[in-house]
This record gives sequence, structure tokens and C-alpha cells, in this order.
Amino acid sequence: MTIWTMITKMSEGLGRTCAIFFLTLLFSLPLGMLVAMLRMSRNRVVSAVTKVYIAVLRGTPLMLQLLAVTYGPFYLFGSGVAREKLIPVVIAFSLNYAAYFAEIYRGGIESMSRGQYEAAEVLGYSRIQCFMRIILPQVIKRILPSVTNEVVTLVKDTSMAFTVAYQEMFTIGKQIANSQTSFLPFVIAGVFYFVFNAVVGFIMGRAEKRLSYYR
Amino acid sequence: MNKLMEIRHCRKQFGYAEVLTDLSLSVTEGQVLSIIGPSGSGKSTLLRCATLLETMDGGDLIYLGNYAARDVNGKAVYSSPEELRKIRGMFGLVFQNFNLFPHYSVLKNIMEAPMLVQKRKEKEVREEALALLEQMGLSDKADAYPWQLSGGQQQRVSIARALALNPKILFFDEPTSALDPELTGEILRVIRKLAEKKMTMVIVTHEMAFARDVSDWVVFMNNGVIVEEGDPREVIDHPTHERTIQFLRRLQEK
Repeated sequence: MTIWTMITKMSEGLGRTCAIFFLTLLFSLPLGMLVAMLRMSRNRVVSAVTKVYIAVLRGTPLMLQLLAVTYGPFYLFGSGVAREKLIPVVIAFSLNYAAYFAEIYRGGIESMSRGQYEAAEVLGYSRIQCFMRIILPQVIKRILPSVTNEVVTLVKDTSMAFTVAYQEMFTIGKQIANSQTSFLPFVIAGVFYFVFNAVVGFIMGRAEKRLSYYR
Repeated sequence: MNKLMEIRHCRKQFGYAEVLTDLSLSVTEGQVLSIIGPSGSGKSTLLRCATLLETMDGGDLIYLGNYAARDVNGKAVYSSPEELRKIRGMFGLVFQNFNLFPHYSVLKNIMEAPMLVQKRKEKEVREEALALLEQMGLSDKADAYPWQLSGGQQQRVSIARALALNPKILFFDEPTSALDPELTGEILRVIRKLAEKKMTMVIVTHEMAFARDVSDWVVFMNNGVIVEEGDPREVIDHPTHERTIQFLRRLQEK
């Protein structure tokens, strides 16, 4: 098999790699905000339950979580395993990343000075107006570098979908490597991830620059 | 005279520490009232209770006859959120450390609350905001961001931001404590100008000369109570209470 054939075959999986990546961000970014809110809730039960959720999802391997979400229903309820693996993969990734994003959001929100809330309160802003207009924009600026970190990790983590044989780029590459007894597919995969992350880095850098007009 | 704000028998505790003890105070229209006293005497807590940033444990808080809180059997019971919203529109507060919104330009800092909270028209609010900036000597800073301004300029913006909502009474919580002496002067000049326009103000300050000059009533607080109050020249130049004498002497020694 020539290197071009390998690249072409692996490229066919890139769409699925991107699907995991974008769908995970789409769901985990807002879900993380919800988790952060619950985590900061004044209701002790809600806060404690959320703490456990975060501890479990951050404390166990993503690979196990992928297996659990994909095959768990089969072992628990005897139901069939989903044909379309994208669904359990995206669910597992989103639940996992939401836990990390939640802690980043919480850190950002808790780093805001009380004075900002008080100024908004005295000026008559409602709590929602204060959060949406005063707090959140400043939090986004503060957490952007940490979010970039997670997003870069996510690009590489998509490769873990091979554990449930979801035909994304890395899974295909691994199959080719096995059948051809060649290391070349892994090198190609490495280049793919590197380029992907270069684009991510560029976009996030632009975003940071756009928010650098204030301190 | 018309009482703009009145606090009656205010009590406030933090844990077991009583910070304000049965404190009563009223402000009439056009009055400039200064609150002086040592650190920890409860001045700032009093101001925070008056501006609803802190809740009183007991006592009444009344703005123009509207009860923000009413004492019921020794407990302060606060009015409905709608009522408090209405009352919040009657006063403004200038913080010690400005608390401008760093992601907004100077103009947006001033304009957003009148448009968002009072639902006023942008054109009218903009004209008024620009006039306020001119009054503050900051006409050229409308599009600047807070980090580009000196502390004194930031404080003037925060005064403009408070005035943009047309409050009936303006509170100042040590407005010059975060500023060096030179910048302190520019803030004091602004407050003096407001006093000349008969703006009702309550100022917590450590600037004795200024308090004596600009205010027509001064309150000396210690340990959560008002120890002495009256005409500023009387209280500051001829204090009668032991604690006041001691405090003012210490300030002079510095």
C-alpha cells in the first residue's frame, strides 16, 4: 500500500473525527456552564451531587467512560449496542469535557471581584443582566487560555474513539498499521493532529487578541 | 425639612460581633453629611446597609417615605423585590475602588444602566452622558477604557456613572482612599461642585479638612454608634466627646 493510499483512506475518517470534535464542543461548553452553576448552588445537596459527578468524570479514564456509555446499556438492560457509534461517543466525550469546563468556568466566575457584582446591583441591574453583561464577558476573557488547553486536548482525545471501533481517522490508521505491519499510519495521524491543532491554536489566539482591548 | 433618607434603630451583627448598635440617622434634601471615625467603627457597614448591599438585622430604612425595611419586633423585614428596585433608583453609590466595568468604554459604563434599567432612549442618554463627562473634565475620554485612565479619572467616571441615573441622594464610600494626594484633590473638587448644586450627599471620609469645608452636618462614629454629631466646625474644631478628641488628635499627629 502506498503512502497516498494510506492518507486517502485515513482522510475518509477525518469527517468523523471532526464530528466528534465539534459536537463535543457544541454540547460540553454549555453543559459545563450548567454544571458549574449547579456546583456553585447554595443548595448543599445539589452542590454535593455535582461535586461527585465532577469527581467521577475527572477521576476515571475517558476510555472507560467511552466503553461504559457504548456497551453499558447492553450489560445493564440487555439492549442492543447502538449501530451508530457517534451517539455514545459524543455523549461520553460531552459528559467528560463538561466536567472539566465546569471547573474552568467556576474558577473564572469565582475570580471576579465582589465589587463588580455590587456596582451592577447598585446601578439596578437584575441578577441575570449582571451575569450576562458584566460577569460573563470578563470570565470568558480570563478562562480563554484554559479553554484552549482543553480544546487542544480534545483534538487528540478524539483518537480514543478507536476503543469502541468508531471509524474515525485514528481507528482507520490503526487498522491499516495492523494489516500492513507499518508504522507509517501513526506518523500520518500525528501530522493530521498537529495541523488540526495549529488551526485551533490560530483561531483561539485570534480570539484572545480580540479580547485584549481591555485589562 | 423633607427627609430624603432615614435609618432608625439600625442593628447589624457579623457573627457575634455587633457592628452597628441602635443607630439612627437622617438626611434631608440638599444636605451634605460626612461620616468620620476610626477604621472598624462601622462607617462603611452603615453605608452598605443604607445602599442595600448589606441587610440590617433590625431597624427601619426609609427613602422618601418608602420603607425599604421595617422593624418588626426587633427584626428588619425587607420590602418586596419590586419595591426595593424602585428604591434603588433613588440613590447612587461611589465606591472606594471605583468598580468600573473594565470591558466597557467610559461612555458605555455611564450609558448602559440608564438605557437598560430606566429604559431611556439612547440619544437622550448619550447627550446627558457627554454633558456629565464634560462636567467631570473628561470630554476627551469618552471612548477610552478604564485601564487607560488614572485613578482620579476613573473615580470621576464612576461619579458620572452614578449621576447618570439621576439619583436623589449620592453616597460616597471613602472616595479618595485609593488615590494619592494630588488625585484626591480633583475628586474633592468634583464633590464640592456637586455640593454647590445642592446635590444631597453622604460621604464617608478620612479627609477632615474637606469634611469641615464641604459638609453641613458631620457624624463621628465609634464602635458602631454615633458618638457625636453636629455642625462640622463644632465637631471637628471643638469636639466635646473624649473619643472624638482622641481620634482627631491622632489624625493631626500624622
